[in-house]
Amino acid sequence: MFMQAFLDIFDIYLLEAVINGILLGGVLALLALGLNLIFGVIDVTWICYAELVMIGMYGMYFMVQYFGINYFIAAPLTILLVAMLGAALHYLVIAPLLNAPPINQLLATGGVLFVLQSFATVAFGIDFRNLGIRLPVLAFGDMNFSYARLLSFLAALVGMVAVYLFMTRTFTGTAIRAISQDRQIMALMGVDTKRIYLITSAIGGGLAGLAACLLVLQYDVHPFVGLSFGPITFLICVLGGLGNFIGGFIAAFVFAEIISLGGLFSDLEWGYVLAFAFFIVMMFIRPAGLLSRRR
Amino acid sequence: MMGQGMIGQGRLAAWGIGLAALVALPFVYRDPYHLHILVLILIWSFAYTSWSMMGRFGLVSLGHGGFMGIGAYVTALLWNHLGVSPWIGIPVSMVAAGALALIVGYPCFRFRITGHYFVLVTLALSGIVLQVITATRDYTGGSLGYTPNRASGNKLLALQFDDKTTWYLIALGVWLFGIVVWHWVDRSMARYALEAISEDEDAAAAAGVDVTAEKLKITLLSALMTALAGAIYCQYQMFITPDTVSGIAVSLQMVFAAIVGGLFVSLGPTFGAVITILLAETLRIGFGTKAVGWDNLVYGVLLVLFIIFLPKGILGSVLDRLKPQRKVPRAHEQEAVPVARPGA
Repeated sequence: MFMQAFLDIFDIYLLEAVINGILLGGVLALLALGLNLIFGVIDVTWICYAELVMIGMYGMYFMVQYFGINYFIAAPLTILLVAMLGAALHYLVIAPLLNAPPINQLLATGGVLFVLQSFATVAFGIDFRNLGIRLPVLAFGDMNFSYARLLSFLAALVGMVAVYLFMTRTFTGTAIRAISQDRQIMALMGVDTKRIYLITSAIGGGLAGLAACLLVLQYDVHPFVGLSFGPITFLICVLGGLGNFIGGFIAAFVFAEIISLGGLFSDLEWGYVLAFAFFIVMMFIRPAGLLSRRR
Repeated sequence: MMGQGMIGQGRLAAWGIGLAALVALPFVYRDPYHLHILVLILIWSFAYTSWSMMGRFGLVSLGHGGFMGIGAYVTALLWNHLGVSPWIGIPVSMVAAGALALIVGYPCFRFRITGHYFVLVTLALSGIVLQVITATRDYTGGSLGYTPNRASGNKLLALQFDDKTTWYLIALGVWLFGIVVWHWVDRSMARYALEAISEDEDAAAAAGVDVTAEKLKITLLSALMTALAGAIYCQYQMFITPDTVSGIAVSLQMVFAAIVGGLFVSLGPTFGAVITILLAETLRIGFGTKAVGWDNLVYGVLLVLFIIFLPKGILGSVLDRLKPQRKVPRAHEQEAVPVARPGA
């Protein structure tokens, strides 16, 4: 009865798109959280973040499809793999550049983007691969939602809550938050900044790994798959304010809605264009929201 | 980098002789493959020089792949669908790229989006242009690429030449134009304003520099030139794909070449183009058809190594070694770019 009245008011497709947008927002928020964490603590932007996700997706693909490992066993392994990749990225590329101009750090991760993309091209070829797991579709009223998206949304939420608990309830988490507030003093207080940076990079990588496990359920893997959600993640982080977790979280859902609703009227790519146009307009309207963390 | 009085007779003579040799080259030496490589080097040098016009002032843009893509695709689309000659299409495409640069640049500069923020916004820009080209696949052929129609009539009107020598001379002219513009900016007041901005925006503004206007001007100039490079590339190759003329990879390629060559000297980006293109060609020939991806793998590793060990680029470092007395006034270049939010 209530359902019917509700559906009379809202167009069914619109509602479906809105809810799908929220589900998409979960994964985007997860990516934004990882990028924000790295930026907030180490003051570095990983341009290659989406490419870490891509490597993770390949990890999932090979473990599940090639070695026949159960999805739920492969997922933690993938998270671990990408976390190690994140730590290695920090150790090999960022650490030698910590005192270099920030733009050089950023460009170095751009070089890593090249390396990861071309590594994937060389190692796995440019074919689109998919996991071959088809999750059932959930029918609710006249609307259809894929379990993959629902699962992704929930797992993303769990991941974010876990990071939140880690940051607020553990000693290491507290040290990480302290370092993001004052880089110089914490070293004098006896915090081993090198170790904290490494841990943060591993967590950032782990979040990318989790996102990879979720995205691989919905999208085919290919070496350039990072390009389809990398740019949008950067826009989310800038709109929310780099290093601002809450801002990134909100911006992720706003962008996801735009992409989802935009995709309702035409292709998904146009949803991205719409999101970019929205971003430009927002810069005019609310520049302060963008710069909330600047001095 | 030369002060006004520092250009000596010898330097001008060296430029003159070098240019004469470059112009004479295709008439003496006619190997088509080598000429092809030279044309590519000249066109990309022009693109990299266009990027470095902004980059040298700390405005690190990763959106230039977008401008180049617009230059190439708008020119080709106008020719194929509306029959507009590239002589009109190229200016139109440049205006389109310039307009986009202003639309994105104005809020960025007006609201002080610098450092990481600026890089990420421009990065997204080139990603979006790639998406649009792919999305409009009914017109642009999507990721399969696009070929301008062969001209049936006047070759000059269609800006299509079969002769490598003609293209070599055109590319040489365009490249030289880029170098001249670089020197023109280098000697203008804008250079001092922009250097002041790159060191401290507030101080520059207090000293009477219109920060937003100065940044917009150089961005517009850079975007226009990059679009021209894209259009010329399209006319020469007669085949473009979103991945070769637009997107994040092309943007990064520009930054890489400019950094390898040296950002702060006029021939730095050219030097970078020579190195990167020769490297890519060598790898391509060396690995044969299995090379897909290998050249970019080496690119990426080298980029990382260069940024860690040689942030001023090869040519820049060599010139520094030769002229140690100029170290002092150029000290700011050690820290190429101010951060949006320094650690302290």
